[in-house]
Amino acid sequence: MKRGLDGPAPEERPTPAGRRNKQGIRIDPEVEVTHAPRRTVISALVEHEPGVLSDVSGLFSRRQFNIESLTVGPTEDEDRARMTIVVEETDPGIDQVEKQLRKLVPVISVRELEPDAMRRELALIKVEADRPDQVAAVADMYDGNTVDSSPETATIEVTGARQKIEAAIDTFSQFGIREISRTGTTALARGTDQTAASGTAQSADQANQHRHHTQTADDD
Amino acid sequence: MSERAAKVTPADEEQNDDQITDGAAPDAASETDSTANVESETTKPVTTGAEAVVRALENAGVEYAFGVQGGAIMPVYDALYDSDITHVTMAHEQGAAHAADAYGIVSGDPGVCLATSGPGATNLVTGIADADMDSDPIVALTGQVPTEFVGNDAFQETDTTGVTTPVTKDNTFANDADRVGTDVSEAFALAREGRPGPTLVDLPKDITKAETDREPDAPKVPDTYEVQERAAPEIVAAAAERIENAARPVLLLGGGVIKGEASEACREFALEHEIPVITTMPGIGSFPEDHELSLEMAGMHGTGYANMAITHCDTLIGIGTRFDDRLTGGIETFAPDAELIHVDIDPAEISKNIYADYPLVGDAETVVGQLSAAVDSSPEATKWRAQCQQWKSDYSMAYDAPEDEPVQPEFVVEALDEATSDRAIVTTGVGQHQMWACQYWTFTEPRTWVSSHGLGAMGYGLPSAIGARLAADDDQEVVCIDGDGSFLMTLQGLSVAVRENLDITVAVLNNEYIGMVRQWQDAFFEGRHSASDYHWMPEFDKLAEAFGAKGFRIDDYDDVANTIDAAVAYDGPSVIDVHIDPDANVYPMVPSGGDNGQFALTEDQL
Repeated sequence: MKRGLDGPAPEERPTPAGRRNKQGIRIDPEVEVTHAPRRTVISALVEHEPGVLSDVSGLFSRRQFNIESLTVGPTEDEDRARMTIVVEETDPGIDQVEKQLRKLVPVISVRELEPDAMRRELALIKVEADRPDQVAAVADMYDGNTVDSSPETATIEVTGARQKIEAAIDTFSQFGIREISRTGTTALARGTDQTAASGTAQSADQANQHRHHTQTADDD
Repeated sequence: MSERAAKVTPADEEQNDDQITDGAAPDAASETDSTANVESETTKPVTTGAEAVVRALENAGVEYAFGVQGGAIMPVYDALYDSDITHVTMAHEQGAAHAADAYGIVSGDPGVCLATSGPGATNLVTGIADADMDSDPIVALTGQVPTEFVGNDAFQETDTTGVTTPVTKDNTFANDADRVGTDVSEAFALAREGRPGPTLVDLPKDITKAETDREPDAPKVPDTYEVQERAAPEIVAAAAERIENAARPVLLLGGGVIKGEASEACREFALEHEIPVITTMPGIGSFPEDHELSLEMAGMHGTGYANMAITHCDTLIGIGTRFDDRLTGGIETFAPDAELIHVDIDPAEISKNIYADYPLVGDAETVVGQLSAAVDSSPEATKWRAQCQQWKSDYSMAYDAPEDEPVQPEFVVEALDEATSDRAIVTTGVGQHQMWACQYWTFTEPRTWVSSHGLGAMGYGLPSAIGARLAADDDQEVVCIDGDGSFLMTLQGLSVAVRENLDITVAVLNNEYIGMVRQWQDAFFEGRHSASDYHWMPEFDKLAEAFGAKGFRIDDYDDVANTIDAAVAYDGPSVIDVHIDPDANVYPMVPSGGDNGQFALTEDQL
């Protein structure tokens, strides 16, 4: 039984030649842009109140944003905390991260940091202490402090950019690593550039002005 | 509207009228900037947290609250006992949230729903999620176990703020009796400000029982919440130029047009520049569907002509729409030649699904005004308009209704439309009946279409009719077009409609199937009707009578007109069990993720 409406069948209808990509951007065949994910640092100033961390982390998980690290701590203003979030997303994805974060009522301001921003991470690395002098030498190499030592183990604190921490861990691995604990990245913009001061209104005007950082944030 | 059961006596009412003029009126309240309201001689001072909560509702101008009593919310109900707010006891909390939601859609003011802790709160969640997806303003107040028990898995404890965080615009755990009234005021302001949405305040029993003399502050959004009203002038100018030079322009009006009270501005803009108009499903009513420029609704079950126009346009002016996948179909083929001018109050909607070439962040009415002022000449689109009219006749919405066949659902929808006035409000459940209602009812006014769009919550129809009835004008009819499966989910709400003697006409398009699922099973699962055959449906007319409502039944075409007239004329809740053609399906149809221009007109084309 044929049920339904009349009219030209799908194959008899004209179709436009154009197409869009997955991000809903019209494809101009001459300058087709593909958006590869890049790693970047988002800084958010938030009200220092219970539940904010779960608001933010819940937002990231339910919207499927690819989060690498999230750190949070108090600021110079006791009513406010700063969250530093490292994400790996495409440019439209990074835009969405910022806009969705801004929608949360306890979030005061959000910005993506420039690639030259200061980024630091702390790691505690507990190694076997069979060769204490060599462990101390490696710790020196990475400006590390020995924060605990026992006949069997030594624990070294290393601070720095992600790459430095990774390099330190790599080097320490020769002694035999027992345990590692890392904090994730915290960051601030350089000089007088304010890390997170722009309000919603200003950013709304630039709702679509993708800042195309051509380079991925390189660790200093 | 029919008479409602009022629990206040005439003497009380007089006193309450005094209250309103004496300082609790919403306008007076909103002008008082974060200071306690002036107490009048007739206003009893606040003595408990619960009274502060109720005072905040009164200050916000709340007329009705929908809810269900329970242990942890009892102090608030005790305070409501003395208030002029009419509490409508619902049969299930899901219904309370849907009723509040519909109240918000029809009136424009946030609807209020209450529930106790634990199961009461979790039962609200479906309705809250629905309001969140559709940006409907509601304020949900939930009881909570006393603070000292929170976290101990106490009786009827649920982490309500945790559960509702993903589905609310904002929620608050009240932890201070001196502040609880202000928490509720703030929830009100947030629910309606900017992009509307649901807010929730969780009220531990010790906080609402605690003594306080603190009057709630006036409704005010937190300082961290900023809304941009006007779009950037340079982007407005660029968009205006694009519109002037458009050859194939289309206006796409979404639910935000109605919520932003921008229907009138959009109508003027479309008429002045003779731009064809398409609506999304939530945008139904923003533009009169009987106007020549109207192409009605686009998307999965939109009209063929709307889908042709949206696919072939070169300039798409989307206002207050979030480009949901039911509208766009596959992203790759959505309006592929069109430059998008996107007006939205929520910056996060810009380029979320479809890249906006001209992002205009701001209030819909304000930005349409800016655009109107900036567009100097109308686009030359005579050929395009003729093409749209041609598509209208090529793909006209029509159906066969032979006398000897079972009643076709489209016929019933049209008959209901004919039997009621232009301002009649239609609410629906979710499924095939909902699509027939969109397609075959001719909507001309905003706030007359009440449905569950984004969440697609079956069971929405009857409770939303209750909320809509209480928000509607007395001379507006309220018709609920429901499906058998959808009606079955919340039909206990009939008890509420009967108790309150609400003049509602429910037409259940009964095909003894979860019809939309059956349609998909026929198309994509080789006709294997797994769990979609509802041949065990009750007789809804008799069920209605058991509740004390008026029951009707339609079996063939001869019954349709008379029965509908009788049901609409009946002053109180009536239910028509309409036995429709069980094989009827909804067309046109764009398969999920498909190309809107390739919509199927028959089953063979899927």
